[in-house]
Amino acid sequence: MQRSLPLLVLLLALFVSGPAVGCGAADDGPAAAQQPQPQPQPAPPAATDEFVPISQLPAQDQLPAAPLLVTAYAFVWLALFGYLVSVGRRLGKVQREVDRLESDIARGTRT
Amino acid sequence: MPKWFMPLVGINAVMFAAAPFLIARADYESTMGLVQKIFYFHMPSASMFLLSAVVCGIASARFLFGGSPRQDRLAYAAAELAVLFGAITLVTGPLWARKAWGVWWAWDVRLTSSLMGWMVAWAYLLVRKYGGPGSDKLAAGLALFGMANVPFVYISVNYWRTIHPKTSVVPTLPADMGAALWFSFACFLLLFILLLRVRVHLEEQRAKLDTLYLSLDD
Amino acid sequence: MIRTAWLILRKDLTVEVRSLEIAYTTLFFAVSCVLFFAFALVKEGKAPEDGAAGILWISIAFAGTLALGRTFERERQSETLRALLMAPADRPAIYVGKLLGIVALLVAAEVVLVPLVAILFQAPLLSHPFWLAAVLISGTIGFAAVGTLFSAMLVRARSRDVLLPVLLYPITVPVIIAGVRATAELLQPDGELALVRFWVALLLALDVVFVTLALWTFEPLMTD
Repeated sequence: MQRSLPLLVLLLALFVSGPAVGCGAADDGPAAAQQPQPQPQPAPPAATDEFVPISQLPAQDQLPAAPLLVTAYAFVWLALFGYLVSVGRRLGKVQREVDRLESDIARGTRT
Repeated sequence: MPKWFMPLVGINAVMFAAAPFLIARADYESTMGLVQKIFYFHMPSASMFLLSAVVCGIASARFLFGGSPRQDRLAYAAAELAVLFGAITLVTGPLWARKAWGVWWAWDVRLTSSLMGWMVAWAYLLVRKYGGPGSDKLAAGLALFGMANVPFVYISVNYWRTIHPKTSVVPTLPADMGAALWFSFACFLLLFILLLRVRVHLEEQRAKLDTLYLSLDD
Repeated sequence: MIRTAWLILRKDLTVEVRSLEIAYTTLFFAVSCVLFFAFALVKEGKAPEDGAAGILWISIAFAGTLALGRTFERERQSETLRALLMAPADRPAIYVGKLLGIVALLVAAEVVLVPLVAILFQAPLLSHPFWLAAVLISGTIGFAAVGTLFSAMLVRARSRDVLLPVLLYPITVPVIIAGVRATAELLQPDGELALVRFWVALLLALDVVFVTLALWTFEPLMTD
């Protein structure tokens, strides 16, 4: 139990921050490109921008979906796997202790 | 572990391996595209989260009013699974929401009450670990209140204006999406049963350890 | 059963009136809470728009947690809880008596807090006094119902000071949300009373659920 809780928290932190970083990088581009133009224009002038938007869709539709999807499924697998490892470890520890005690009792010695 | 356990583990593993194929074959949803496919794991984990909370609540009630240690072990196991499946739901949801709604999080009823239910599950684990003697009953009392939250989480989305989709979406899914969803749901349900069995086994071994220590003291 | 509850309430009030220790300390804490929020959130002499409602309820929640802890700590120190449980009194009656004591204490604190928040945040909190009272009382009952149960349960537990908020806050989230939303609606100059009625109805429903659950589980939870 002691080991599984930090593990879960760490997994959570990793996989929430992962796409956060990835998506932060992705939508900085279009947002920055629109800042130097105070009036809405049909097509931005090519010379002034470091980044040219590929379409006129709002920024959130330009987010690539694949990293989010992959992260989601990866988190599911890792959470389930991590949980199994945690239960397995705890079970092994208790099992070893039980076996040790049982053999001690069988031999008639006290711990 | 009972005889049915390992064969079912094998079956579950095969099911989980097959699920991505069904999910990939399902149609794309028109407005959300690829990211909507998170749904096929998000919804079953949410269901398992609620199911764990209900199992914990019922076992806690039976423990409080009947005193059976078996029910207490079941409640503890179910609470841990509620934290696990709740975590999966609360991470896959925002990952989907980031693209579908444009925000990681919204304070609508469904999300807020789910987060609250998840925190109650965490509180259960904290009480069991740090509460000292009598913490099993304390946590059982808490679990009952947590279970009262579950129906609220489910119906909240139908009675309030929320950004989260309503429950009426699920029966209207086209055949291939429905197949992927219910297959994934079956995967998660079987997984829930298996994980519950393993976790209860851990508690049983701990109880055995306690009796062994006590018998040594005699 | 009502007589027992009333006796317990009277006992608590008598003990409290002698020293007023819990009343003064809870009140002072609640006021400092509100001031803290004022210092933290007020910018250039202006308070955040919806701030008053949230700040009022957070201060009530924090002060309530403190009051709950202190009340049951006092019971624990003089072992009166055990004496109460051994007395031939209905267990649920003991719960109701203690609940009413806590509600009385919190309502007394609110009587001071509401004008204070109204002054500090320039909020017209006293524009619909009847509805505000309804919101505050039903919310306080909901919060105290869960709080009294959990505090009583925690009296013999380890880490009880930290565990009370851990147990209490997630469960009382709906009460706080309903309370804040209702209060915020009352503060709007054109607030819809129909919406406030809805939130009060929800609060009352929550009160019924929580008190029922608490009465049902008080007996098994308090027996060893």
